Amino acid sequence: MRGYLIGKVAQALLTLVFVVVFNFFLFRVMPGDPAALLLRGSAAFNPDTLEQVREDLGLDEPLPAQFVTYLGNTVALDLGDSFFARGRSVNTVIAERIWPTLLLVGTSTIASAIIGLIIGIYGGWKRGSAFDVGSLGFTLFVYSMPEFWFGILVLMAFAGGVGPFPAIFPTGGYETPAAGLTGLAHWVDVLNHLVLPFFVLTVAYLGEYAIIMRNSLIDIMGDDFITTARAKGVREKHVLWRHAVPNALLPTMTLTILSLGFVFGGAITIEYVFSWPGLGWLTVQAIDAKDFPLLQGLFLLFSGAVIIANLIADLLYAYLDPRVRAG
Amino acid sequence: MSVLSVRDLHVTYQTQGGEVPAVRGVDLDVERGEVLGLAGESGCGKSTIAGAVLRLLPPRTKVEGAVLLDGEDVLTMRPGRLRAVRWAGASIIFQGAMHALNPVRRVGDQIAETIVIHDQADERDARMRAGSLLEQVGLPSRRIDDYPHELSGGQKQRVMIAMALACSPSLVIADEPTTALDVMVEAQVLALLKSLQVELGLAMLFITHDLSVLVEVADRLAIMYAGKIVEDGPAEKVFFEPRHPYTEALAAAFPEIGDQRFRHNPSGLGGDPPDPQDVPPGCPFHPRCPVAFEPCPTVDPRLFPAGEGRRAACLLLEGTLTEARGGAT
Amino acid sequence: MKTPPIEPSAAPVMLEEPPPPPPTTGPRRIAWARRRRSFARVARTYRRNKMGMAGLIILAFFIAVALLAPLIADREGLDPTSPVTGMPFQAPSWQFPFGTDNLGRSVLTLTIWGARISLLVGLLATLISMVIGSLVGIVAGYRGRLTESLLMRLTDWFLVIPFLPLAIVLASLLGRSMLIIIMVIGITSWPSTARIVRAQTLSVKERPYVERARALGASGWHLVTRHILPNVGPLIFANTILTVAIAILSETTLSFLGLGDPLSISWGTILESAFGSGAATAGNWWWLLPPGLAIVFVVLAFTMCGFALDEILNPRLRQR
Repeated sequence: MRGYLIGKVAQALLTLVFVVVFNFFLFRVMPGDPAALLLRGSAAFNPDTLEQVREDLGLDEPLPAQFVTYLGNTVALDLGDSFFARGRSVNTVIAERIWPTLLLVGTSTIASAIIGLIIGIYGGWKRGSAFDVGSLGFTLFVYSMPEFWFGILVLMAFAGGVGPFPAIFPTGGYETPAAGLTGLAHWVDVLNHLVLPFFVLTVAYLGEYAIIMRNSLIDIMGDDFITTARAKGVREKHVLWRHAVPNALLPTMTLTILSLGFVFGGAITIEYVFSWPGLGWLTVQAIDAKDFPLLQGLFLLFSGAVIIANLIADLLYAYLDPRVRAG
Repeated sequence: MSVLSVRDLHVTYQTQGGEVPAVRGVDLDVERGEVLGLAGESGCGKSTIAGAVLRLLPPRTKVEGAVLLDGEDVLTMRPGRLRAVRWAGASIIFQGAMHALNPVRRVGDQIAETIVIHDQADERDARMRAGSLLEQVGLPSRRIDDYPHELSGGQKQRVMIAMALACSPSLVIADEPTTALDVMVEAQVLALLKSLQVELGLAMLFITHDLSVLVEVADRLAIMYAGKIVEDGPAEKVFFEPRHPYTEALAAAFPEIGDQRFRHNPSGLGGDPPDPQDVPPGCPFHPRCPVAFEPCPTVDPRLFPAGEGRRAACLLLEGTLTEARGGAT
Repeated sequence: MKTPPIEPSAAPVMLEEPPPPPPTTGPRRIAWARRRRSFARVARTYRRNKMGMAGLIILAFFIAVALLAPLIADREGLDPTSPVTGMPFQAPSWQFPFGTDNLGRSVLTLTIWGARISLLVGLLATLISMVIGSLVGIVAGYRGRLTESLLMRLTDWFLVIPFLPLAIVLASLLGRSMLIIIMVIGITSWPSTARIVRAQTLSVKERPYVERARALGASGWHLVTRHILPNVGPLIFANTILTVAIAILSETTLSFLGLGDPLSISWGTILESAFGSGAATAGNWWWLLPPGLAIVFVVLAFTMCGFALDEILNPRLRQR
């Protein structure tokens, strides 16, 4: 078991290293001069300033030297300065915006997973039933829908108010601006703003979890020990929850955590639609401003989060499955 | 009163390819303390009977007839009563204990579960009983904390046996209990089963394709072919003086140790057992029968008397020819 | 012995082929005749699949719309200065069934023309993805050992990286054009194809006829093109259909975020300008609904076809 754990951690570290290296080459080797991009459209765009900026960014060094500097900086978590938030480091900018994303993605992922898994369990258990067919159809439909489009429609319906739909939620943002609320009132306000993006993000991804669990459960139900459980006189309810589900949960869990990468993608567009001031919206703003250090930092962060999530999934699986624990 | 009494059992599976009549009219009885061996090739319907006794067949399967367990018809029981009867009235030892045990629960818990479900003890006592049951089948009681993957094939089968005995059932159905085991382990497990059966006075329905095993273990034998019983009677008599050509072929094949061919073709006969959806007219065995004669393809024989306590479904039995011509189809 | 007919008969689907005709025709002709029969058999089974047929019909509809765009929607309608356009932000009317956008252009015209770019980008990106993925998968599966390890390491790495952040980073660096988007999607989506192809290559490699061919001295090229490719091909095709669905969604998202070509019309760019012009809060549902619904239906159609094909062609699924 220990060998397994060490192996998985090593793999994760290796992948992380790959991402860091990839990040470096991406921005240094891409077409275009970063200094020119930075100064583009500014009055200071002249050969001297360009030279100065290049020196500041370390672009006048030979490539290998740049790489070493880059590595050193990254390990020290120095991700450089943001372009568009003049003079402030990438770290600061990210730190300011990370909490709203954690709040939104955290809560919606938990809700999505729980609801999705339960739908998957009942769908798989009553395979072919109206519920199963209905939930599969619903999942398919939601899967085919761009999640941001769904977000836009929800925003239009419940915040903008159109046709029969009431405008009962704010049109975006994290809190009512300039309201100066504190304590409980503040949290209620935040919650009010959270409802719509939370709803959209939850619905958008619960189908994935449902299908993963459904297929896993159907697989398990074909196994002999389910017949044994029934033969022993176990109630159907317990056959499902005490025998089938624990076995179906193991592979489901891994696949579920692996789909976290997609949730991040959804977070980017949904935050943008709802002006939710998290890392997702920050990414879109960084695209517009061509703020490469920031984009680089965000990419590193997103990739790192997914890599770590995968590692956690592997470790959790190893802990929960007695077969892996033993050998 | 027999412990198990099956009357005119018909089981038809519903599949994508249509209806599959796996059991086409079977009567059998198992008396208290007796071992009835049920033998036949794959696909003859014997495992289906095991499933039918406790109503474990797939949801849309058509089951007709009567299955009386200690006098009560299992097929008409209400769900609550059925659950109570399952395991406490009759239990099953499945084949291939490879996957018949829940991989993520300790074996002791799985045994104890049956005891607790049937209200025979609380959790703590149930675990202790599980331990002593393991001792009874030759495993140290500390093994109750093991997971199935930590046990060998033979050990898992012993656990299955211990589990089957946990609620002191009247009937134990052994469905190919040794098929997936090595020959040496098979012998040990068989000896264990026989000794337990005798010691506890259990009624047992022993299902297998391996006739040689049944000669040692069974008191009476029933031979199945194409969903029907074609011969039954006292085990020794049936084996050494068969009255049906199929039984004769089954019994005459001499298996060699580890001979895989025997497992797949125990009768040594040419051809294959008929597809349940496409059973030959007349006597279903006639295409493969070495002594088939003129009326066989048209007359489907029922079980005729063939000696004391014996029956066989063959037109060659003395005195049956006229009887067959006269009325039976 | 009778020569069996070449045309597919009404007989039930068999797993084994009837023996090939006597060798008056060459081995290539035999192989192609067998493939034609196989194809006909798959087509027959597909026709019975309700989900697959529904998907195919929807797909045919949208492809027709895209191809016939110049005929059914006035190209002039895309030019905001043209007299054909109407007042901006108009709700649906007889003249403009889907209303107008912020520049007075008919949303119906926009949506019809948008079909072209959306479908084209999806298909081209998938082509790139499929070619790279199949190449990697077959080479990894066939060569094995170090090559396989390295390639699969690369594949796994790509799979772990979250798609949208990666695509965003690449696209924002390389510039705003549909060609870039096509390449970015192609480069980021080949891993899942590669995985499936490798798994299938491994299983085909072990089959008796491949062993026999190798024993007879067949070269690697011959084995790959004559044996492995034809057997992996159907699976690649089913996977391709599913990949197109994802590619279309990806283009939509990237365009929506502002990484697409501002001058081209795709369903994604329509949504980009709609949202950017405040259509959501203003309640301009006619501008937002049609392009989105079009995306949903097209992606749904591809997905249904892909699932149906996968069911038919994937040997593992057939057992269920």
